[in-house]
Amino acid sequence: MNGFSFWTIWLRNGRVWKKHILATLIGNLGQPLLFLLAMGYGLGREMTEVAGLTYLQFIAPGLVASAVMYSAALETTYGSYTRLTVQKTYEAILMTPIGVVDLVLGEIVWGASKGLLAGVIMLLALPLFGVAPSPWVVALLPMLFLSGMFFSACGLIMTALAKNYDFFNYFTSLVITPLFLFSGIFFPVATMAPPVRGLLEMLPLTPIVSLARILCYGRFGEPILLKIIGSLLATGCAVCLAGYLLRRRLIQ
Amino acid sequence: MSSVRIFFTKGGGSLAQGMVAGRAGHRIYCVMSQTISQQEPVSNLSGGQTVVSVTGLTKRFGERLVVDNISFAIQRGQCVGFLGPNGAGKTTCINMLLGLVEKSAGEILIFDLEAPRFHREIKARIGVVPQADSLDPDLSVEENLHTYAGYFRLPHRLARQRVEELLHFFALHNRRDEIIEHLSGGQRRRLLLARALINEPELLILDEPTIGLDPQARHLIWERLAILQAQGTTMLLTSHYLDEVSRLSQQVLILDHGQVMVQGDPRQLITDLVGLEVFEIDGTATELDALAASFNHCNAALERVGDKLYIYAREDCSRLAKVLGASDNWVRRPANLEDLFIQLTGRSLRES
Repeated sequence: MNGFSFWTIWLRNGRVWKKHILATLIGNLGQPLLFLLAMGYGLGREMTEVAGLTYLQFIAPGLVASAVMYSAALETTYGSYTRLTVQKTYEAILMTPIGVVDLVLGEIVWGASKGLLAGVIMLLALPLFGVAPSPWVVALLPMLFLSGMFFSACGLIMTALAKNYDFFNYFTSLVITPLFLFSGIFFPVATMAPPVRGLLEMLPLTPIVSLARILCYGRFGEPILLKIIGSLLATGCAVCLAGYLLRRRLIQ
Repeated sequence: MSSVRIFFTKGGGSLAQGMVAGRAGHRIYCVMSQTISQQEPVSNLSGGQTVVSVTGLTKRFGERLVVDNISFAIQRGQCVGFLGPNGAGKTTCINMLLGLVEKSAGEILIFDLEAPRFHREIKARIGVVPQADSLDPDLSVEENLHTYAGYFRLPHRLARQRVEELLHFFALHNRRDEIIEHLSGGQRRRLLLARALINEPELLILDEPTIGLDPQARHLIWERLAILQAQGTTMLLTSHYLDEVSRLSQQVLILDHGQVMVQGDPRQLITDLVGLEVFEIDGTATELDALAASFNHCNAALERVGDKLYIYAREDCSRLAKVLGASDNWVRRPANLEDLFIQLTGRSLRES
């Protein structure tokens, strides 16, 4: 690693992204917004309050977190794999003074940036659904970025292991979709039976979803420090593993 | 096509100016400026006439020995042709120079710096034209160059200046805003070459630089490579087009089964190992057998391949030409690099 060399990778990806800006935004934001509409508005009208919030209010912050996850993870799977194989972008980059560590950091920070952007747009869209976030929501942004780093790193791990695009079906079906459904976005984890609750709280998206809910409404009922430390540790491990595996794939 | 004149300036450095006259008579003045001094490490300036020095380089992939204890050196300003059949270990060798394959044993010094330990410093001074197109398909011609300049962290103004120079040098300035998809094969290759030169490399590694191009496009690239050579750029060239290698290289190195077969001046190697001239004679098996059996016209080596007889003459063999007479089933030609290559690596196909 050499200073901020990874930034040049970020700039390269940004340059390409600018050309497909509309398609990527719709791809990343369509799903969470439709869920918000169908579940929050459609289903939520018939439901009583959950944890002191309307159902729409309850699920909105979690859907922000899920937008970050989807955007980051898809960027470093389908996007990065295309750069690794079809376009040979990594090969071209490694013939310059950029090293594998710079490359990995650049890709992960890029994926996290796209994730954060998706999260921010979701947050900005919430008032349209009658949800007004508290000023604490600003403190949520670094956490969304951190979560973006984690899921970018996970995506890059998959890319380093992938033999073809179909491999990513395992990742989306067995990791991303279950996380979307069981990380406390749609139902409160706290009221589950203790063993189930313990299991669900170990999932990497769960602490981000509860932090999102806490900071969105400024309601500090539960401890947040452990969630932050846990997320930091998990992200650090994922980034290191992504670096190790991609190096193994690129340098024979 | 455009004509090119080269002017050398006195003193050290690689300052040379190529004047490119455009088709419509309008002239573009193109200056390939000096190697920027900030890239030179403070030590290592004085010594280095040897740009690449490889000793005992070895690579094993599991049990398979791909590069077997090879040693070679490349002197400053030389173009070395790096030849060998598919699977001979050329690409692995180059990738070890670039740090993309880890060596199993041996030592690599580039600009007197140890590779891959100083890969960053080394690669700042190398340009690579890869065999496979690795241009960014979503970006325009100009954006591709600017992005690559970013990887070398060239200051913005310098990058703009170099991009302009290179677009003109490779006759791509009219296509600067075109996206890569719309370029022809020749234009893509020229852009790959331009990209490799963005950091004004002292060593240029060319992996099959004209593969799949039409003769016009190949000649344009050779012309530009000749200018770079005149400016003192050291080159390592791999190609299966041996006429290309003969044209550009002062030294060749033929690799097979991971070992160096020969190394030296191609003209000298051809004379020493093949001969002066070659007769290729077509005919029936009986005719050719008879001719081979009675051959005593000059000092030569004979080879039968299918319904052809090759005679590699070590001296003038006009007597044979007289015997063969006016029929059109034979040709007489100078011995070339292809003969040397086939002689050293055999005729059997290499399909890995």
